[in-house]
Amino acid sequence: MEPLSVLFSIGPFGITRTVVTTWGIMLVLGLGSWLVTRRFSIERPGLLQSAVEGGVQAVEAAIAVVLPDRAGLLLPFVGTLWLFVAVANLTGLIPGLHGPTGDLSATAALAIVVFLSVHWYGIRSAGPGSYLRHYLAPSPILLPFHLVGELSRTLALAVRLFGNIMSLEMAALLVLLVAGLLVPVPLLMLHVVEALVQAYIFGMLALIYIAGGMQSQAARESPDSTKKGNTT
Amino acid sequence: MSDMSWFVLISTVAAALAIALGVMFPALAMGKAITQALEALARQPEAEKSITRTLFIGLAMIESLAIYVLVIVLIILFRNPLLEYLLK
Repeated sequence: MEPLSVLFSIGPFGITRTVVTTWGIMLVLGLGSWLVTRRFSIERPGLLQSAVEGGVQAVEAAIAVVLPDRAGLLLPFVGTLWLFVAVANLTGLIPGLHGPTGDLSATAALAIVVFLSVHWYGIRSAGPGSYLRHYLAPSPILLPFHLVGELSRTLALAVRLFGNIMSLEMAALLVLLVAGLLVPVPLLMLHVVEALVQAYIFGMLALIYIAGGMQSQAARESPDSTKKGNTT
Repeated sequence: MSDMSWFVLISTVAAALAIALGVMFPALAMGKAITQALEALARQPEAEKSITRTLFIGLAMIESLAIYVLVIVLIILFRNPLLEYLLK
């Protein structure tokens, strides 16, 4: 809960420390993936290539558990979310830096991206008409509940990540103030675990929301098809 | 006592009570969820993957309730919007 620290401003926009840290993470991740993928070859895969491909396959397998037939479609988005949130959470451990996810603005931006992509993937998989109709299913009376649910889960996604990371950093700071040097080290170890778990949960919830938007049509269509299968 | 010291006293007590209650009940709920997951795991060890995944997501949902309480408590302690009326 510290005041906004504006480093410099471009026009009317103040550029805070969070934005600069995010740019740094983007640069590191982008340059890193360019450097890693530069020398890939099909004939002679190196050690690094095998490791990276193993990681991507693990992510794809984790997505395929939730959404078996469309894992390739969601791999870029959910994989990027996992990677970015994990790196952003761990950034708070570097002395002098604050994790961007400890700022409500950054987590709110991530949650809005997830909120929009739920509709994007839902409309893409079934067309706008049948996607919008799932808000009226099973009965139009439930429309307000669907809408409130959409908003509250987006808010919960943002506040959960922000609260976890901010409270971890603040707890370490408070222990440092009360007890002294090197005492918060166990708390920082907890920070590593918690950062990875929160990144996993953020990506998993995004994946489940997207899968729910894509499967709501399939679930609505499948009773018809089973009925057809029974009668014919 | 002046208005200000009453304000400090009451908001501190309220924050401590709020975090105590707000951690207690999610802790009970998490304990219950973990108990059920362990029972399910003992009964069906082959379903470990899906049980673990669902458990993690459920725990995250329950945990976010405690996090909401924490955010509210921090607002009470550091950024209380009602403080303006006293200082005016």
